[in-house]
Amino acid sequence: MPIVLNRVDERLIHGQVVVGWGSQLRPDRYLVVDSSLATSEWEQELYTLGVPERIGVEFVAPVPARSELPAWRESELRSVLLTRDLPTMLELASGGGLEREVLNLGGLHLRKGRVEVLPYLFLDESDRVILMELAKEGVEISAQDLPGSPKVTLEALLGRLD
Amino acid sequence: MNKESSIQGVVLAHGAMAEGMVDAVARISGVGEEALRAVTNDGKSPEALHAEVTELLGRGPVIVFTDLPSGSCAVTAQICCREGTDAAVVFGVNLPILLDFVFHRDLPLEELVPRLMEKGKGSVQSVPDYSGKAF
Repeated sequence: MPIVLNRVDERLIHGQVVVGWGSQLRPDRYLVVDSSLATSEWEQELYTLGVPERIGVEFVAPVPARSELPAWRESELRSVLLTRDLPTMLELASGGGLEREVLNLGGLHLRKGRVEVLPYLFLDESDRVILMELAKEGVEISAQDLPGSPKVTLEALLGRLD
Repeated sequence: MNKESSIQGVVLAHGAMAEGMVDAVARISGVGEEALRAVTNDGKSPEALHAEVTELLGRGPVIVFTDLPSGSCAVTAQICCREGTDAAVVFGVNLPILLDFVFHRDLPLEELVPRLMEKGKGSVQSVPDYSGKAF
């Protein structure tokens, strides 16, 4: 079973992911790719608290995650892959790691230099560069916070940045 | 415990829930921001939410009330309270919990928190009484 959702969301595992997407996609596990969380047991516990018991959670650093990607795709388990930022997703995608995969932008919020392109998506110039690089790697990118929300294409997102 | 050291409350929740609950408490009890502050996670990065809650925690003994036991509000509350002392997190907040809180803020945390949890659980009732029925 393929990875059913690749998502960039600063909040990682939270209500929209577990309830909103989870109820529709019925994942068997969440794969959180994050160098900091991969080594912090107590933070892993925090993020795992709200996940239903039948669903597994793995916290993996980006480098081993790249190696695991093929096995994750071939697994019988339905997986939701999460990163909290674009650079980590690009690390996974570089060299064709996410070629022809769909990337969901679900939550990047306001910080200095970022401008609002959607209520849940704020981007700056460095984000634009990374998004373009992801597109060059063959990743199909769109923004959508919840399954019932309108899907906004990368082209439309970048148009709002101009 | 004197007024200055009375426990402060922070309601940290999704959307407009926190503001609505704090407003409801004020309308019912007459107790407002001196006891209870509202924080929403709406549109905020984890870092921004952390900074906002941390600033409120700096005022003394605090209970952070969250709506859910998981998610961005619960994670932020636990990280903030882990860093500070004299702080506790209560998940699954409801109005009876907050109303009891504003009138018992002089109790020490270790007495007040279990009291509030009992109050919250006890306030969930049904008519007809379906408690104890299998589902």
